[in-house]
Amino acid sequence: MPIAERRLIFKNIDAEGYGIDIDCYIKHGGYEDLKKALTMAPADIVAEVKTSQLRGRGGAGFSCGMKWGFIDPKKNTKPVYLICNADESEPGTFKDKQIIYKDPHQLLEGMIIACFANNVHLAYIYIRGEFTLGAKILEKAIQEAKAKNFLGKGVGGTGYELEIYIHRGAGAYICGEETGLIESLEGKRAYPRIKPPYFPAVLGLYMCPTIVNNVETLCNIKHIVAMGGAAFAKIGKPNNTGTRLLCVSGDVEKPGYYEFEVGALTLGELLNDVCGGIKGGRKLKAIIPGGSSAKVLKAGERYKIKAKKADGTMEEKEIGLEDIPMDFDTLAAVGSMAGSGGIIVMDETRDMVECLGNINTFYAHESCGQCTPCREGSLWMKKITDRLVSGEGQVNDTALLKNVADNIAGRTICAFGEACAWPVQSFVTKFKDEFDSHARRKTEAAEKASTEGAAKKLEAV
Amino acid sequence: MSAPNTVVPPPAPEISAAAAFPEGAQGHHELPAFPSGFDAQADELVTHYPVSKRSASLPLLHLWQETFGYISPAGIEWIAGKLELQPINILELVTFYPMFREHPIGRIQIKVCRTLSCALAGSYALCDHFQKKCGTAEPDAHGIATSPDKKYSVEFVECIASCGTAPVIMIDDDFHENVTTARADELLAKYTA
Repeated sequence: MPIAERRLIFKNIDAEGYGIDIDCYIKHGGYEDLKKALTMAPADIVAEVKTSQLRGRGGAGFSCGMKWGFIDPKKNTKPVYLICNADESEPGTFKDKQIIYKDPHQLLEGMIIACFANNVHLAYIYIRGEFTLGAKILEKAIQEAKAKNFLGKGVGGTGYELEIYIHRGAGAYICGEETGLIESLEGKRAYPRIKPPYFPAVLGLYMCPTIVNNVETLCNIKHIVAMGGAAFAKIGKPNNTGTRLLCVSGDVEKPGYYEFEVGALTLGELLNDVCGGIKGGRKLKAIIPGGSSAKVLKAGERYKIKAKKADGTMEEKEIGLEDIPMDFDTLAAVGSMAGSGGIIVMDETRDMVECLGNINTFYAHESCGQCTPCREGSLWMKKITDRLVSGEGQVNDTALLKNVADNIAGRTICAFGEACAWPVQSFVTKFKDEFDSHARRKTEAAEKASTEGAAKKLEAV
Repeated sequence: MSAPNTVVPPPAPEISAAAAFPEGAQGHHELPAFPSGFDAQADELVTHYPVSKRSASLPLLHLWQETFGYISPAGIEWIAGKLELQPINILELVTFYPMFREHPIGRIQIKVCRTLSCALAGSYALCDHFQKKCGTAEPDAHGIATSPDKKYSVEFVECIASCGTAPVIMIDDDFHENVTTARADELLAKYTA
């Protein structure tokens, strides 16, 4: 019996007759949570978000309440800006697109509440450039919300003022990194800023305190206000609260987007019960659990993790790949991450060198070029996997790949360094035989030719 | 009477616009005729950024490219002027962001997703199929392959966030999901009609 989805954010998106216009949204109870929020003190909303233990849904899984808490309204004298990160570009991830295209007002409502709670009067939605229609949908939603006084001067009949504008990116993955996004929004190349000192909460957009939140995170704000932080914290598990939008792609029978309580189901249940198993009845080989930057998990792996027993004490236990509950902490404990919720599945027929080569090509293309280890290293890693795939590898390429990756992670301004190194480190370590076999191919062919050549010469004599 | 040691410089060779822009990009530096409302639209976009006009660079580049098909030097100069910036501040964006291009491409733009989930679902074969069907020439330095009649451009792009319905393509601004080669042919017929 498959575990039932718990649709909080995706509640309406696929419902029959549910549209993107504001009347439909209001008919389904929309903007009631904003009205409720406007009766609360902003500090109380921030407190509710802290109580909810909501973690960011963009990739890093950082506490949303803590992020907001970095800006102290009593000490801060500058304007505060809020930016919705709708640059969804992590390979394997397509959840925010569903919200933007099918339920834009839910995002707006969550965003308006977040702005009110943090005393923001100017906010932007940074949407990836390819979502041309998505940007138009959001523009229209903003106009509708303005017409109904949910935005603009005097939000909801109060004295609160807020303007939200749409800002389109132009095809660069690095704009998903929050300080790169801020640079891009300032009209520059999206070169991420160094932290410290440029923490967005201190020196963000126009050198003012800035909150950057993912689309899904902002939608959660609305639900936290609706049910209260304590009730929200009961969904999922402690420190892994709420629901999670999971995007499954690759070699499964039923790829798609799903919403479950965080940690309510295991990776095995997700693959076999929810997604109908591996395509064509084949066997699982590898799985990337949180967007292409997440370290790969190999079929048959066993992991030792610490888990809380019913009586509250901790115990160490061993679990298999399929037993991993889909939550932030367990995926981190098994050496990967929940990341952006993008799960890419590879079956037994897949060549891991080709798969990594594909990922390396992505990162080589998307490195912004600011830091030498990443700009050069991502390209070297692509070139090495390219030559392995084409049979031109050199015998020490497996070790070389690992070495290049080890010299990128931790040596760059932003987390892109880790994002491009982690897949290489994990693929090469876990599928070493496959990489070695590709790496030996050219030398073995040459040796064979030379032995045959020598034998022929002998025959001739 | 001229001094005997005076060297008369040879006449400067005449450089025609055609020679300077051999690819037929004459008029590259001249402002094109603006459709009505273009200037007003640009001014409206600038109002979205009350703190810093410079923030309007990307929106103006999008507006320019959507109107004229590509970003010409004239466009760069015009946008820089509008935002009180140097042209280099705009040019460096055109060369950084993959969606902007400095040369015209085909009238129908086909983008095939190259990244892992789509590759697992056959996007490499699909991209080949599109290039063959559209009769495109060798890809340019940015990987865009355009047909000689300038009707089609086919290119690989990185993940466009629709991995659950791979392989995914975009034709102009529209997403198309689960695209088989048969579906590709139908789509081509539809967009060409």
